[in-house]
Amino acid sequence: MVGVLVVAMYSGLGMAAPDPYQLNLPEPQSIIAEQIYDMHTMLLWICLAIFVAVFGVMFYSVLKHRKSLGFPAANFHHSTTVEIIWTIIPVLILVGMAYPATKTIIAMKDTSSPDITIKVTGYQWKWGYDYLTGEGEGISFLSSLSTPKAQIENAAPKSENYLLEVDRPLVVPVGKKVRILLTANDVIHAWSVPALGVKQDAIPGFIRDTWFTADRTGTYRGQCAELCGKEHGFMPVVVEVVEPEQYAQWVAEQTTQSAAAAVDASREFTMDELKAEGEKVYAANCVACHQANGQGIPGTFAPLVGSKIATGPKADHIDIVINGKTGTAMAPFRHLSDMDIAAVVTYERNAWGNAAGDVVQPSEINEFRK
Amino acid sequence: MSQEVGHYYVPPPSIWPITGSIALLFMGFGAAFSVNKLPLGYGLLAIGFAILIYMMFGWFGTVARESESGKYNKQVDGSFRWGMSWFIFSEVMFFGAFFGALFYMRIFTLPDLAGLDSKILWPDFTGEWPSAGPGITEKFMAMGPWGLPAINTLILLTSGVTVTWAHWALKLNKRGQLKLGLFLTFALGFIFVGLQAYEYGHAYDDLNLKMTTGAYGATFYMLTGFHGFHVTLGSIMLLVIWFRVLAGHFTPENHFGFEGVAWYWHFVDVVWLGLFIFVYWLI
Amino acid sequence: MAAVDHDIAHAHDDHHPTGLMRWIGATNHKDIGTMYLWFSFIMFLTGGVMALTIRAELFQPGIQIVNPELFNQLTTMHGLVMVFGAIMPAFVGFANWQIPMMIGAPDMAFARMNNWSFWLLVPAALLLISSFFVPGGAPAGGWTIYPPLSVQMGMGMDMAIFALHIMGAASIMGSINIITTVLNMRAPGMTLMKMPLFVWTWLITAYLLVLAMPVLAGAITMLLTDRNFGTNFFNAAGGGDPVMFQHIFWFFGHPEVYIMILPAFGIVSEIIPTFARKPLFGYSSMVYATASIAILSCIVWAHHMFTAGMPAAGQLFFMYATMLIAVPTGVKVFNWTATMWRGSMTFETPMLFAIGFIFLFTIGGFSGVICAIVPIDIQVQDTYYVIAHFHYVLVSGALFALFGGTYYWLPKWTGHMYDETLGKWHFWLSMFFFNLAFFVQHFLGLAGMPRRVPDYALQFADFNMISSIGAFGFGLTQLLFLYVVLKCIRGGEKAPASPWEGAKTLEWTLPSPAPYHSFETPPVVK
Ligand code: HEA
Ligand code: HEA
Ligand code: HEC
Ligand code: CUA
Ligand SMILES: [Cu+2]
Repeated sequence: MVGVLVVAMYSGLGMAAPDPYQLNLPEPQSIIAEQIYDMHTMLLWICLAIFVAVFGVMFYSVLKHRKSLGFPAANFHHSTTVEIIWTIIPVLILVGMAYPATKTIIAMKDTSSPDITIKVTGYQWKWGYDYLTGEGEGISFLSSLSTPKAQIENAAPKSENYLLEVDRPLVVPVGKKVRILLTANDVIHAWSVPALGVKQDAIPGFIRDTWFTADRTGTYRGQCAELCGKEHGFMPVVVEVVEPEQYAQWVAEQTTQSAAAAVDASREFTMDELKAEGEKVYAANCVACHQANGQGIPGTFAPLVGSKIATGPKADHIDIVINGKTGTAMAPFRHLSDMDIAAVVTYERNAWGNAAGDVVQPSEINEFRK
Repeated sequence: MSQEVGHYYVPPPSIWPITGSIALLFMGFGAAFSVNKLPLGYGLLAIGFAILIYMMFGWFGTVARESESGKYNKQVDGSFRWGMSWFIFSEVMFFGAFFGALFYMRIFTLPDLAGLDSKILWPDFTGEWPSAGPGITEKFMAMGPWGLPAINTLILLTSGVTVTWAHWALKLNKRGQLKLGLFLTFALGFIFVGLQAYEYGHAYDDLNLKMTTGAYGATFYMLTGFHGFHVTLGSIMLLVIWFRVLAGHFTPENHFGFEGVAWYWHFVDVVWLGLFIFVYWLI
Repeated sequence: MAAVDHDIAHAHDDHHPTGLMRWIGATNHKDIGTMYLWFSFIMFLTGGVMALTIRAELFQPGIQIVNPELFNQLTTMHGLVMVFGAIMPAFVGFANWQIPMMIGAPDMAFARMNNWSFWLLVPAALLLISSFFVPGGAPAGGWTIYPPLSVQMGMGMDMAIFALHIMGAASIMGSINIITTVLNMRAPGMTLMKMPLFVWTWLITAYLLVLAMPVLAGAITMLLTDRNFGTNFFNAAGGGDPVMFQHIFWFFGHPEVYIMILPAFGIVSEIIPTFARKPLFGYSSMVYATASIAILSCIVWAHHMFTAGMPAAGQLFFMYATMLIAVPTGVKVFNWTATMWRGSMTFETPMLFAIGFIFLFTIGGFSGVICAIVPIDIQVQDTYYVIAHFHYVLVSGALFALFGGTYYWLPKWTGHMYDETLGKWHFWLSMFFFNLAFFVQHFLGLAGMPRRVPDYALQFADFNMISSIGAFGFGLTQLLFLYVVLKCIRGGEKAPASPWEGAKTLEWTLPSPAPYHSFETPPVVK
């Protein structure tokens, strides 16, 4: 009975967004999410009704048909009519449930004629966004967790959006149909934003797609929803939905910024420049496995300190970073820029006591890629 | 069926099962260490295997002795029949998984990888079978059906006939023909395995077709490999039965040991036909 | 169910082998059943301790007790140990004890193979558990071991693969044994449609096992070769497909979850009529419903993959097929209700667990149907909603039925009555803490908390804390169960042949404790 009460409670309550007592799906922000929300509410009521009917009968019987009340046992043991009835009624109920679900499925699958297409790539453990078509075409960046380690390790008070905040959110305009193409670089991840009614696995080597049209501006948060290794719990998705004008402005900013950031690939860099840059790249991409001290995690992630590859010929080192090593967690990092790879390789060869002493220039990476 | 009242033989405690478990304990650790190239693994694997062989001799020997001393009545015989049938069914499901993988890759995966959306990832892939996939560029050639595979088909079909002949001889108590029929059957079985091994050599050396050759290589070697393994087992079982026949075991009425192995042999035969059609022929 | 017309007072109950050999070499179905039950209980505690570690870590946001790698290992091993080590062997233990007695057979059809089926579990469990201690640790890819993540793992993964191979072989042998026993060893007059429902559900379960386990073996073999021998089954670059693993895995995995519930249905179908003192309502429709569930269970697997990406037609097919399972399952729930209707009921512990089962399993079933609706599953897939769903069907489903069955048959197994008061305490405490632990997980899931995460956003803090408290309460309560069972084995009121007034099946015609050899001369069932 307590169960029933709680079920009843949880169907009605809880609309507000991040509320510690949120009982229901988050407030829907797209047509699909809305349909899902309503469908879920309807189903809950149907289930509740069946539940009350079935257990009403059962508990009446439990209360009244007791030996201790002297109730004598009847001896009936089947009735074809009744059995046929209670086979057919559930079928009808299920048909009633399936009908709206079918309509929504067909709508969900309709990824045609989008305004903007964005390719989303899952990496261990961050998301990569490439705007492929539509306004903003050509923008490309990575998005990773921005919650500081100290908060996770309980060394600092936790911020409001603990674990649900990223350095660079995905920005999209409100009211526009956004098609998301998903793939992954290493293992399966899943890109999900509950408020927009979207969740889709990203399968390495394959393209999957989904779409959404946000109804309202706002910041919508989700998380990677497929176990993808040790930092699976730490790769949130943040989508910033903005007015079209704001979006245009954002696009313009991005374009100028990336033009400014582009480095002259033919330039020669000094060891110190590369090491400084490399340390940053390392911290952003490699540290989760190889650790800040380069020691890795014994048995799972190889140490780089004194490693044959990181102190041996340059080509092998560049090769493993660009192409990864199949069958291990060492994924290809060819999505990093020439500058980044050159920097991180140089860094690894000359940090933590590694003393290869050589410098890898971006031009060498460019050469290697050919 | 179950109407028979009588004494159902329940064996006394036996050490063979636990021996087998110890064998698998060694083999499990051994295999896990071996595939990770720890030297200890090979030793454990070998010890486990030796214990397993010992266990099989002991266990099957006990069963054969019990059978010959007339401990098994009709009902026990019925149990063996059910047991063997469902064992073979489970084997069918095991092969089903690999056939399923083959069909899945051909029908769903490759067209998907070659599809329009996938052009961003694999721009030049066309997805024709036989395929090593979009990321493996090394050239290879597929194994054609009409050379060795066809001969192997004939060999297995013939062995299906000879085992039936042997069975028929056993029922008519023609021991000479029985011995000959059985002998031919397992001899053909071993010849099949030999030819298969030769074919693998050819594939590696001349066709550049390896386990690592993408979807085609993986399904080709796993399907034919597991089948070859089953032929080997079946041939060994036939050999054992042959020795039992030489030792005077089995009567025209009572010979489930023989029949069970014959069923198994037919099953291996049928799987081969599936392989011949879907792995070799329809490429 | 069936009357027996022979004298049950056999005198030769006690000449059985003694000492260690009795267990190591056992060919007696009861001894083997006992070993199965103890093994599964030990595995339950092992898996339970892992669950409690998970829940302790999730007590508060932040990383406190275990680091993320170890957390994933614990989640994975908790799932594997509970599914393959605790629930499945427990049901096989019940089958071993009960099936021969319920169909009037002297023993299982293949007594030696029966021993092997059990003794294979021990090396498998050793292999699985010791993976914690090798470099790289235990597998951490979830119990579903999806590649490519599982291809990245260290040696522990290979150990788990071989452990699963061995357990699979054990299960296949066990099921062939059960099928053969049921089909070939029934007492004269025990026609199929007179068999107790527990036997029926196990027969059908055994078919599912023979069908599903080899497919799992195939899937993990491909995984093994992908990991170690360079095949490309699950690697797109080689023309393989990670999603193909999911298809093969769930072709096994979905029947597997019914493997864990059908025998539970069987147990409940024995308990309810006994304590309602009224024959089971709709016996034949129960049999047909069980068979329909089994058949349907083979064509619904992709409902675990709605977010993996499949064409609309695929989603629709798998959604409809999945929803259909609610119909035969509903038939069962209605039949149990009708059995209780106008019975003359008493509420001993087995009956409490049976009613608790129906009540909570139905909640789990409903959340299953909600998961089956594709658009909703898009929201709840891989969240705590799914965790809540399957703990409702597995813990308050399978596990509660096992508890109920244990109380029901303990007098027959031990010859003593268990402590009714403590039994009732066990039930009510389990009921309370179970719901405390898992009901709130529905809310967490709907609000979007992903599963398999060691840490979570602040909005989920309160419910996680409640859930952890519930889990610890539930875990401790199970120690009470252990105590009740031990107490019952060691002594207590002597149990008569049939301690339950309404019990009608064959095993109750034997003295308690059941003699070492049950029916050496088969009873004749009229
Ligand atoms: C004992 C085990 C068991 C059982 C019996 C079930 C029963 C069901 N399960 Fe569950 N399931 C699991 C164990 C089980 N499941 C596990 C372990 C997972 C997760 C695996 C993982 O990812 O790790 C899972 C996951 C799972 C999913 C995937 C969720 C996801 O990952 O997104 C789905 C989706 O369809 C699903 C559906 C169902 C359905 C429809 C039933 C039905 O059989 C339920 C039928 C019962 C009823 C409906 C109640 C009684 C009926 C009535 C009273 C009649 C009237 C009712 C109606 C008309 C609705 N289950
Ligand atoms: C098959 C049956 C089964 C059973 C019975 C249980 C039982 C329990 N399960 Fe689990 N569970 C699964 C099957 C099962 N589970 C599966 C398949 C998964 C998915 C795994 C995956 O994602 O891959 C899962 C996942 C899972 C999760 C999600 C983990 C994650 O996503 O990261 C959680 C979290 O709360 C959980 C909790 C529990 C709890 C609290 C119990 C409790 O019921 C346990 C109660 C028992 C005890 C606590 C033991 C009592 C013993 C003691 C108290 C003795 C103490 C002794 C010493 C200290 C020496 N389970
Ligand atoms: C997901 C975990 C992960 C991440 C992230 C990662 N690596 Fe690795 N790396 C590995 C593993 C595992 C190996 C060991 C592979 C093997 O078994 O040979 C490895 C090996 C290496 C090696 C060779 C070491 C040796 O001697 O074998 C180098 C060099 C390397 N990584 C560099 C990098 C760089 C540079 C980055 C970031 C740009 C990075 N790794 C990010 C997991 C990772
Ligand atoms: Cu990425 Cu989980
Ligand atoms: Cu399922």
